[in-house]
Amino acid sequence: MIDQTLILLLAIPLVALVAIIAGGPARNIALMASVGNFGIALVTSIVWTQVAAPEQLGAFELIVLAKPQITLALGLPDAMAVIMMLLTTLVPIAAVLAGKCPEGRERLWFSSVLLISLGALGAFLSTDLFFFYAFHELALIPTFLMIGMLGKGDRKAAAWKITIYLAFGSIVLLAGLLWLVAATESPSLLFKDILAGQVDSGDQIGIAALLLVGFGVLVSLFPFHSWAAPAYASAPTPVAMLHAGVLKKFGLYGLLRLFPLVPEGMQHWLVALVVLLLGNILWVGMVTINQKRLDSMLANSSVMHMGYVFLAIAALIAAGSTDANNIALPAAVVLMFGHGVSIALLFALSDRIESKTGSLRMEELGGLAKSAPGLAFLFGLAGMASIGLPGLANFAGEAAVFLSGFKNWDAGQPLGAVQIATIIAIFGVVISAIYMLRAVRNIFHAAPVKLTESAEDLNMSEKIPALILAAALLVVGLYPNILFNLFNPTAEAVEPEVSLVEAP
Amino acid sequence: MHLPLHYLEVIVVALGLIVLLAEAFFPREKKAILGWFAVAGLVATFVLLIFANRDISGPELDRFYATDDQAIFFKGFALIITALMLLMAIDYRKVLTRFTEDPSSEDGTGEFYALPLFACAGMMWMASAKDLVMAFVALELTTITFYVLVAYMRRNVGSLEAGVKYLILGALSTGFLVYGIAWIYGITGTMSLEAINLVLSPEALSTNNIAQNTTALLFGIALIVVALAFKVGAVPMHLWIPDVYQGAPTPTTTFLSVGSKAAGFIVAMRILEPFLTHEITRDKTIFILTILAAATILVGSLAAIAQTNLKRLLAYSSVANAGFILLAVAAWKGSSETDLSSFQVVGFYLATYLIMTVAALFALQSISQSTGSESIASLRGLAQTHPSLAWTLTIIFSALAGLPLTVGFVGKFFVFRAAVYSDLWLAVGCGFVGAAAGFYFYFKVIREMFWSPSEHGPEIYLSSTAKAVIYPAAILIIFLGLYPQPILALLGK
Repeated sequence: MIDQTLILLLAIPLVALVAIIAGGPARNIALMASVGNFGIALVTSIVWTQVAAPEQLGAFELIVLAKPQITLALGLPDAMAVIMMLLTTLVPIAAVLAGKCPEGRERLWFSSVLLISLGALGAFLSTDLFFFYAFHELALIPTFLMIGMLGKGDRKAAAWKITIYLAFGSIVLLAGLLWLVAATESPSLLFKDILAGQVDSGDQIGIAALLLVGFGVLVSLFPFHSWAAPAYASAPTPVAMLHAGVLKKFGLYGLLRLFPLVPEGMQHWLVALVVLLLGNILWVGMVTINQKRLDSMLANSSVMHMGYVFLAIAALIAAGSTDANNIALPAAVVLMFGHGVSIALLFALSDRIESKTGSLRMEELGGLAKSAPGLAFLFGLAGMASIGLPGLANFAGEAAVFLSGFKNWDAGQPLGAVQIATIIAIFGVVISAIYMLRAVRNIFHAAPVKLTESAEDLNMSEKIPALILAAALLVVGLYPNILFNLFNPTAEAVEPEVSLVEAP
Repeated sequence: MHLPLHYLEVIVVALGLIVLLAEAFFPREKKAILGWFAVAGLVATFVLLIFANRDISGPELDRFYATDDQAIFFKGFALIITALMLLMAIDYRKVLTRFTEDPSSEDGTGEFYALPLFACAGMMWMASAKDLVMAFVALELTTITFYVLVAYMRRNVGSLEAGVKYLILGALSTGFLVYGIAWIYGITGTMSLEAINLVLSPEALSTNNIAQNTTALLFGIALIVVALAFKVGAVPMHLWIPDVYQGAPTPTTTFLSVGSKAAGFIVAMRILEPFLTHEITRDKTIFILTILAAATILVGSLAAIAQTNLKRLLAYSSVANAGFILLAVAAWKGSSETDLSSFQVVGFYLATYLIMTVAALFALQSISQSTGSESIASLRGLAQTHPSLAWTLTIIFSALAGLPLTVGFVGKFFVFRAAVYSDLWLAVGCGFVGAAAGFYFYFKVIREMFWSPSEHGPEIYLSSTAKAVIYPAAILIIFLGLYPQPILALLGK
């Protein structure tokens, strides 16, 4: 395989962006770029499983600053990066096709979609802390602007809230990252140099707190979640799909990536994290049940489901290393993938429901399945995936998360914080089932009402984006090992690094 | 071509005198030509600077005139900001004439092109000053010129008020500076910073009696720090900034906020370097600077939140940025092979600040000339009425807020990094509060441009000079944000 090919994944959207700004046919260019990117990502992932030194595959390095060393470095060090790359190239295809761009704003609309996916992809591919952070921020700007300019409802308030919250989170995160780098005395900002360092246990507690709050705000960890629901409910569909589906995973990815450096510090905050993640599952779950509009229900549900990923992270923290609990990390990543795809699909379909019927208030709708069976089927599928029905991607992730919670627990031992949280979290599935099934019943079943009687079903061009995402849910759901197997070869490769971290 | 470095200041002063003399004989309607002439002269001087000969013959000059990389960098800096200021002034002459002698002609604008040249010469001398007297004289040349530039629109109450405020506080700070210099001279017995460096070294301390007089020495340092705080716009001498920035002609505001600040910092670093290097005064000096930096960041950023006038907002942002630069000085680090020195961090930060601030103020000047208002609300709906300017301003304000992939972030990153490595946690904490507040008030501007509908005010007109400055600045912001090496290379070790 040719070296440095990963830069293509960033170059293609960038070229497309320039072409759109220069006045090319925006939608087609954006579509071509995202399909091309997904193709490259797919081929790369397949090759990645085959080659001897996968972490070298396509790796790109360009030193932009000599001292302190800052490198534009891209690479696929482990399965987590590969899976995030697949997610980040898959969702934009659907995002380009979804939603309805207002007349005359095509350039803004599609260049924002490209810019958000470019930023997200850059963040997940970066193997240098500087660009890891920078690319994520790059993706946030078009997100803010799009919500503020083209959002619906109380767009200005929602956009301002997400701007301030995420800027605050980013700043806290930056403080934590700087402290981390200073504490490891790393010669450069490359992950491999930073991860080779060690952090004093005194520093670990402070760093872990900053990382948890910083990343936590970005992932809408309770109680820093209140920006998320209004922003997603108000955002233009592709933006909601990309942020909730892809960009938000940045925080989880960062926690999983940097956790090996601060295991003790994280353990210090374990109980607090467990309480907060239960806040996500139970508190936000209850809030979700109470939503009257489909878009705010979906937005809240996406916040709630972050709790499960945090549960896997908590299990990992309790175990202390990826060796001691080898399913927590894969579980988290697979659930991130499943959630990313399913929430993107749900947002895309919810937008279709609105455009067909003119309303998203669940009490005003009903019987849509009669007039739009295709839409009903796809929404049902995505809804079932989101609540964790077996056979769909989220189930694989959620089941593994619950397993990871009890990984090192033997019968007869007292229950730890993580085990108790896991037991409580399982009831969260019931909460999900309540709101999702009720939504499906209210919108698609019951007697047709005036709004839904004459609604048209999805036409072919509207079906395609949904089908792509649904196919991904099914493939991973029916054969989860397609993702889980990616972790096996790297588990061995990671081992020496981990032992380095633990050495005195 | 290989002119000795110290001729350059003479050339700039001569240029100023020529402009001043020619002004008297120039037709009243065509004074702008003088501005263009001055810009051309500065560009030529800049070219001479690149090829200048740094080897200075004669120990006399060498005793008070530095020719190191920092000196060259800040001389170039002074030339560039003066040229940009003059470009703005040429654009601004219609407003200027309105408040001078004869509004129907450009009669009163001629000196406005000559005065910045003298200030520029002062700044260039400041860049090279390694003697307290030299630093003082150069600083006063700049400051006295600024008194006139600030109050230039003498039929405008705001400009006059700004002039008075600047004059009073400026005179006060001059007093502090002289007094501080006197104390330091009294203790060390020398005006030369190199000699002070020697006198404070551990070997010398064992033979002289300075170690018994540290209180007096620290008193002198404190006085000088306070005086320099006025120049750079830091707490506790920041009170003049908002009113003066708002009242002064916009080109003067730009010149003050970038040129005067940069010159202030180079002098501050040169004067403080011996005291920050040696054990005897280091900890206490760092302590003073850290407290000032933390207070300056907090005052600047938190006060900026409430502003509705864009020029005033940029004034408070200038205070906050002074705080960040002070933080880099407090996290003092001499030149080293493996890491950035404080000179480099400060130089880099100022260079980024120049690009961002000049572009922002130039845009503000054009907008306020078109709409007659300097409020943030005058940007409302700019994304629809003038999308290219709106996007450019988005880049500029994102950079000011310190968003990654722009120069603004790289500058802040260096500062925070230096402060974290020096364990200045209090100031780092305040710095992050300031940066978070910065997001709020800079994005407030972006919000107005994009989220609010246009009010169909007068169309915004950008002169070709404005375009030639603002658009390339935005490109530079991104380019240097991705590849900051060129500026650092200029700063040497």
